[in-house]
Amino acid sequence: MAIDVTTRTESFPFGIGRTGLGEIERQVPLNEPPPLPPNADLSVIGKSIPRHNGREKVTGAMSYTIDVNLPGMLFGKILRSSVPHARLRGIDTAAAARYPGVVAIMLIARPDDPAAAVVRYIGAPIAAVAATSAAAADEALALIGLDYQPLPFVADMDTARGQTAPLVYGGAAQVGGNAAEESEIPLLAGLPVKGNVRGPATDGRGNVTQGFAQADVVVEAEFRTQVQTHCCMESHAVVADWRSDGLTVHMSTQSTTGVRHELAQTFGLPLHRVRVIVDGVGGGFGSKSSLGNHGRIAVSLSRQAQAPVRIVLDRQEEQMDSGNRPGTWQHLRVGSRHDGTLTAISLESYGTAGITVGAGVGNVAQGLYDCPNFTGAQHDVFINAGPGCAMRGPGNTPGAWGLEQLIDELAERLSIDPLALRDRIDLSPTRREERRIGAARIGWPSRRAPGTDRGPLKRGMGMAQSLWGANVQTNAACEVRLMRDGWIEVRSSVQDIGTGITTVLAQVVAEVFGLRPEAIAVRIGDTEFPAGPPSNGSRTTASITPPARTAAWRVLQTLLLAAAPALNVSAAQLIARDGRIAVRDNPSRGMKFEEAAALLRTDQISEIASRSDDYAGFRQRKGDAAVALEDLGGVQFAEVTVDTETGIIRIERVVAVHDCGRPMNPLQIESQVQGGVLMGISYALFENRILDQNTGRMVNPNLEQYKVVGPRETPTIEVIALENYQGQSATDAYGIAEPANIGTAPAIGNAVYNAIGVRLRNLPMTPAAVLAALGKIPSRS
Amino acid sequence: MARKTESEDRPPGEGFSRRSFLQGSALATAGATVMGVAAVLIDQSAAAPSGLLIEGPGYVSIKLQVNGATRTLQVEPRMTLAEALRGPLSLTGTKIACDRGACSACTVWLDGMTVSSCMLLAIDVGTRSVTTIEGMAKGPQLHPVQAAFIEHDAMQCGFCTPGMVMSCAALLQHTPRPTATDVQAAISGHICRCGTYPHVIAATLAAAKTYKA
Repeated sequence: MAIDVTTRTESFPFGIGRTGLGEIERQVPLNEPPPLPPNADLSVIGKSIPRHNGREKVTGAMSYTIDVNLPGMLFGKILRSSVPHARLRGIDTAAAARYPGVVAIMLIARPDDPAAAVVRYIGAPIAAVAATSAAAADEALALIGLDYQPLPFVADMDTARGQTAPLVYGGAAQVGGNAAEESEIPLLAGLPVKGNVRGPATDGRGNVTQGFAQADVVVEAEFRTQVQTHCCMESHAVVADWRSDGLTVHMSTQSTTGVRHELAQTFGLPLHRVRVIVDGVGGGFGSKSSLGNHGRIAVSLSRQAQAPVRIVLDRQEEQMDSGNRPGTWQHLRVGSRHDGTLTAISLESYGTAGITVGAGVGNVAQGLYDCPNFTGAQHDVFINAGPGCAMRGPGNTPGAWGLEQLIDELAERLSIDPLALRDRIDLSPTRREERRIGAARIGWPSRRAPGTDRGPLKRGMGMAQSLWGANVQTNAACEVRLMRDGWIEVRSSVQDIGTGITTVLAQVVAEVFGLRPEAIAVRIGDTEFPAGPPSNGSRTTASITPPARTAAWRVLQTLLLAAAPALNVSAAQLIARDGRIAVRDNPSRGMKFEEAAALLRTDQISEIASRSDDYAGFRQRKGDAAVALEDLGGVQFAEVTVDTETGIIRIERVVAVHDCGRPMNPLQIESQVQGGVLMGISYALFENRILDQNTGRMVNPNLEQYKVVGPRETPTIEVIALENYQGQSATDAYGIAEPANIGTAPAIGNAVYNAIGVRLRNLPMTPAAVLAALGKIPSRS
Repeated sequence: MARKTESEDRPPGEGFSRRSFLQGSALATAGATVMGVAAVLIDQSAAAPSGLLIEGPGYVSIKLQVNGATRTLQVEPRMTLAEALRGPLSLTGTKIACDRGACSACTVWLDGMTVSSCMLLAIDVGTRSVTTIEGMAKGPQLHPVQAAFIEHDAMQCGFCTPGMVMSCAALLQHTPRPTATDVQAAISGHICRCGTYPHVIAATLAAAKTYKA
């Protein structure tokens, strides 16, 4: 092996905390800090530190984009299509332009441009108005005259697949919307389009025909998942301020960096003239990763009106045109030997993201289990409905719904316990440990045969697993500043969408300086600071905490050099601990941190560090997005009660066992995993975007008929986070948001089967679906 | 209006479809709304019977008791309490998420009882006292529910948190020693998309231990 002079060899803790830690040697860049010890040996990292901005959040002081109010600000509103498919022959804005308070009007659909004259879903933007009040803007919209030439439409995926279905795009035309950007979704560029069907995107290994021929047992089934909407509590919001010297955009976003790039590209501005700012983000879940129609419109209106323009989507717009998790159909086939050894897996899927693409079912069938032969064919189907986009565990959440139930069916056919079968076919040592821990916690040995209970209330227990890549953004940087009065500030454009990265950054930097996290100022969510990663794909913590620690460590080296002469030692003999700079071998010799800072040569010192590659390299990399060698795990167990008279499923208890490399803040991890589980329960039982097939209209574009899980349906959720050290970065931390969501619905599905002895393969598992499965009412499908 | 209905463009011989009927009626409804505004204008310009006070549709001056202070503000009669708090009064801690009483994000107290401020017109508040999230802490001293929310991490994105705090604090006011089921009931109208319900319940039960009504 060649010797790299820019790195040094270090020994890192390695392995799963509970099973005994080993060590592993890694090559570390010379300008990065020494290995971080296991959490037990740290004072701030890995501890349940209260949320850094908790006080702001409980007092109402936290500022969200909907709270931004600039002097002279106008209010933008968007006129949206009321028909699912039409060509606009005319738009008359004369009356709207005369309406008092109206300052600017823009057309998004253009009758004179064949490429922009067609609207393809109810809710598609047609025109927009900026006025001196939101009410005036709304009233002006009502004065815009539209001349629609209706076109045939299709609002159902099965119909859209048919030979004679109306075409959403006239041939292989351009595709609108925000196509999914998540790395786990197969990219569909260049795929054939036939009718409304695009694809298939294919993947494979080995020889599936031979694999099935070698199988002693073959199970196969079809699974369906519904369209789920993100339902961020803060709807999509933007305040755009176009000025001659540059563009400033306040936006409720998961990616200040990404939106800045989009703005620069869309409006032909150099990057340095575009600034994106966000403080509080009221939820994102995948839907706030890009600029979006509302962002483009607000900037255009601001440029036209020469004034700041705020656009806040109302709940109906939010439900119809801010993204959704695509609905899917999948056919899965799994072959195995009598002992459970897998011989072949095949997957065929069709999904719909409305007018756009990205409706695959991910890589669960391909990658979760050890199987030499695999083939996959995934299709997108266009319908006249609002565009889908990434949503918490995109692809793999519907994918796991299918595969994890079919693996349970296989276990039953083989008369093998579902955990024992997974022990045989799952190569991940992490998930093996998670299964062991979870089974003990939930009391798996007490699980009974399907449909054991004799009364109308039937109890069941089930489990399922998650697969998600450990994503890392390499375009991720962080600055740490130290001032002569001891003030420390962390700066990055990374945003906190509720996951708690603000707190974690304070912990990381506090640990380096031997201070309390409350003493660290965290300034993020502004592209004036070094570029932060997007908060999607469970990549924030993995991407930004290593550069934060590295930058802090470099600043500390300068501080120690400044303090060393005063203590008559070399800087290498000094440590930062308990608010002091002290001599390592004689800690009573030292000075307060502030006294050391006062010795700095200048008022302020600063270091910017960026995310280096994982020390042992990445498994995959595309542009700024990389995937770590080891996937994230995650195993969930559910206990349910099914009322066979009403069809109501009640979730009694969930045990969620997860890993995220080094856990940074157990309390926040618990919050986030509980949130993932609850979103999974909601997906399993309640949520469903319903389109009226006669009108193409969403009939539940609100928060009362679109059912989201509430406090009364919330079970006991026990969260266990492993310490899983890989020795891969300055913090060795990865993400957790998405694995927490992927396994929940299939764990519930398997538990429902265990309760009633009948398998539900379609989501959501409503009371009607349960009763139909039990043969008590006719099936509606 | 310049807007043409689809039925005017219907090809000859095509029946009156359910779809075109629905679209037509949607436009008719929009027209009626505009007409309604016009009607109010006419009412106002006509001589009102003596003693009958007609307010609007322009701005009217009202007084609100908010967080212990009397505030005078100009509102349109159609303005909800939530809009009045967030707009003229700059109390943006009250959040609007659904704007139709389905999610409770905008919860405030009216004479100590929780209400969805998006479902109440500002002009209808009258002399009742309004308490918002900004009025919960006594200077630097947080309300016990607020302190417990921080300690138990009963928040993620934080957007629904002010409303949750208002409902949980109201619960303790009326039921100082609640059970977990009481807390579930108190927040049953709230939607938290981040899924903080378990920590909200834990925090409120913890706050109750030290709470003095």
